[in-house]
Amino acid sequence: MNGLRRTTLLGLAGAALISQPQTAGAEELTVMATGGAWQAALHQAWFEPFAKKTGIKFNEQEYTGELGKIKAMVETGNVPIDLVTVETSTVLQGCDAGVLIHLDYSKIADRSKFLPGTALDCGVGIDVYGDVLAYDTTVLKEGPTSVLDIFDTKKFPGKRAMRKAAAQNLEWALMADGVPAADVYKVLGTPEGVDRAFKKLDTIKKDLVWWDAGAQPPQLLASKEVVMTTAWNGRIQSAIDHDNRPFAIAWNDQIVEFDMISIPKGAENLDLAYKYLAYAAEPEVSAHLGSYIPYGPVRADAASFVPKDVLPKLPTAPDHMKTYLVSDVEFWGDHGEDLIKRFNAWLAQ
Amino acid sequence: MSSIALPRIRMRDQRESLRPFALATPLLLLLFFSFGAPILALLSRAVYEPTIANALPRTIAALRADSGAGVPDEPVFLAFAADLKEAQAQGGVQEFAKSLNTRLSGARSQVLRIARNAGQDQAPSKEAMIKAAPLLGEPRFWAAIRQGANRFTSFFLLSAFDLRWTDQGTIGAVPADQAVFVRVFGRTFLIATIVTLSTLALAFPLAYLMNNLRPAIAGIVLVLVLLPFWTSILVRTAAWTVILQKYGLLNDLLLWLGLTSQRLELMYSRTGLIIAMTHIQLPFTLLPIYSVMRSVPPSQLRAAQSLGAQPFTAFWRVYLPQVMPGVLAGCLLTFILCLGYYITPVLIGGASDQLISNFIANYVNAELNWEMAAALSFVLLASTLGLYVTMTRFLGLDLFKMG
Repeated sequence: MNGLRRTTLLGLAGAALISQPQTAGAEELTVMATGGAWQAALHQAWFEPFAKKTGIKFNEQEYTGELGKIKAMVETGNVPIDLVTVETSTVLQGCDAGVLIHLDYSKIADRSKFLPGTALDCGVGIDVYGDVLAYDTTVLKEGPTSVLDIFDTKKFPGKRAMRKAAAQNLEWALMADGVPAADVYKVLGTPEGVDRAFKKLDTIKKDLVWWDAGAQPPQLLASKEVVMTTAWNGRIQSAIDHDNRPFAIAWNDQIVEFDMISIPKGAENLDLAYKYLAYAAEPEVSAHLGSYIPYGPVRADAASFVPKDVLPKLPTAPDHMKTYLVSDVEFWGDHGEDLIKRFNAWLAQ
Repeated sequence: MSSIALPRIRMRDQRESLRPFALATPLLLLLFFSFGAPILALLSRAVYEPTIANALPRTIAALRADSGAGVPDEPVFLAFAADLKEAQAQGGVQEFAKSLNTRLSGARSQVLRIARNAGQDQAPSKEAMIKAAPLLGEPRFWAAIRQGANRFTSFFLLSAFDLRWTDQGTIGAVPADQAVFVRVFGRTFLIATIVTLSTLALAFPLAYLMNNLRPAIAGIVLVLVLLPFWTSILVRTAAWTVILQKYGLLNDLLLWLGLTSQRLELMYSRTGLIIAMTHIQLPFTLLPIYSVMRSVPPSQLRAAQSLGAQPFTAFWRVYLPQVMPGVLAGCLLTFILCLGYYITPVLIGGASDQLISNFIANYVNAELNWEMAAALSFVLLASTLGLYVTMTRFLGLDLFKMG
């Protein structure tokens, strides 16, 4: 009996320890980002300078960019995250699922100063990046010039890699099939257009390898597993600049996208989170990131603050914007679920 | 005397039999609250989805009053506009739009457009609403609403079998280009079967060998089997990517030995996946077989042979029936674990080697469609339990007696 009582007491003591409220120290902001070279750049360009300036401590976490984890936090009412970086299409999803809050732009910056499509209800843009085609110059002496060359298996034989996602790949398939960039989403909105896109993807299906995480494309190229791969331009540039890889980028027909930052519903340090968003939206500050990873600012008036040597590496450099497509978030909000399911069914065949 | 003593004895017996349960109560409670209840709560999402019903109380009432099927009359449209206006004001309209979009692709943006118009106090009318959102003029839109009006739904469970309610109110197959889950379930069971048989082919001779080795050497072999077993599954999977990749160890070795003339595509292929899964699952099949083999006295085989049985007959009639429970237990364990594989297919499997867990994870994490994830989980859990019951009932295997 005595033993039993002791166990009960121990159990209660343990429970008390666990349920003890966390003691609040200095002001602390918890931010969750998608890791890799990109998060390291965020840290250097924004998190650290902001922490130095305000004395607010930054607590950084990493995640895969999928909102399931945050949805679980919101549903259980325990949200230890104040800021989270997300892709544009994910912002829309999080907005719809009630996982991200509607931002109050009066606490951030003048909404009209942002590039079109970068100041959304539930997320504010932080950078512009390009979905591009990358290759190893030692493997392909005469490399591709456009992303659409990934469909040319005659000129460039061998395995090639694409992101395991319906978005971007279906757009490129239509563009490679001759649809002008301006009409891509109109065509993709029709059943015939979807058939057409999958038919085009069929032509290279047996040569394709699929990647999930942004860090994979440089690895696939480095291990010579593929001769070319679609990628986010910053990850490739980072491999060129920091790891001295002999990689190169084909910019024509890139798809331009934006990274976003959002506040999850139920975040504890709402005021601090807004304070950070306002800081990062200042034109000069928003241009900082480019020095650490070649992604452009989302404000038109920030362009003049981007260092001269960084400009030619950005997706928004004039040389890179000869032909491009801006990803249509609303389209993917509408048709995403069905197209992804069909894409998965197509993969499984 | 006995008539007085008997009830007391029975009571004591009952108390005696309850005591183990009383001692296990904390554990049972912990299991229920941390394991059973959350699983039940999640699985209930597969059949309970109240978003549409909650968002549209007026519309549903009006639909009930409306006469037929197809596109309803003006009052329903007005009620719909009023419901959306309120949902817009309370911030719930996007959740509703997403939920409806799951049932009817493309509905999201049109519903949001109607909600925005309703919020701006434009006088709604059936004609104006259909003009702004053409989907509202189609019977399938209202069929989706009518189905969603019921808080308890079979939509997700049917979807898990690539089925749906047709507009005529019967159950039919989804379009071929949307049919994915039956194939994935089939693939999951196929790969689990192949891996189970491969591990059995490796484990049975190895267990037999270990049983006949000197104890010291058998101990070393056992440690060799267990060492990888103690390593995290993620580490072992990552190790296999190093070995299997195009410029990896295995390809280098095969080329050097002259067994192949060009590098094999082992990564992102089913072959690679089965190799890695077989390695990871080997101890699970091996250990039950080994433990049962140890309990079979070697003298029995000798006795059978001394009584005139051929070695094969002795093995087949005397040895195998005795180790069969271990074989079945090991295979069942591996088969069930294979059904839930997630990380190895992600890292080593190709696009057409993804198992049902990968789809569940995708619905939970990426698409935030937990209802679909719950339905797929339910089917997986039910088929696993069904398999377990079949094995224990009809093959006479009782895992509880194994220990």
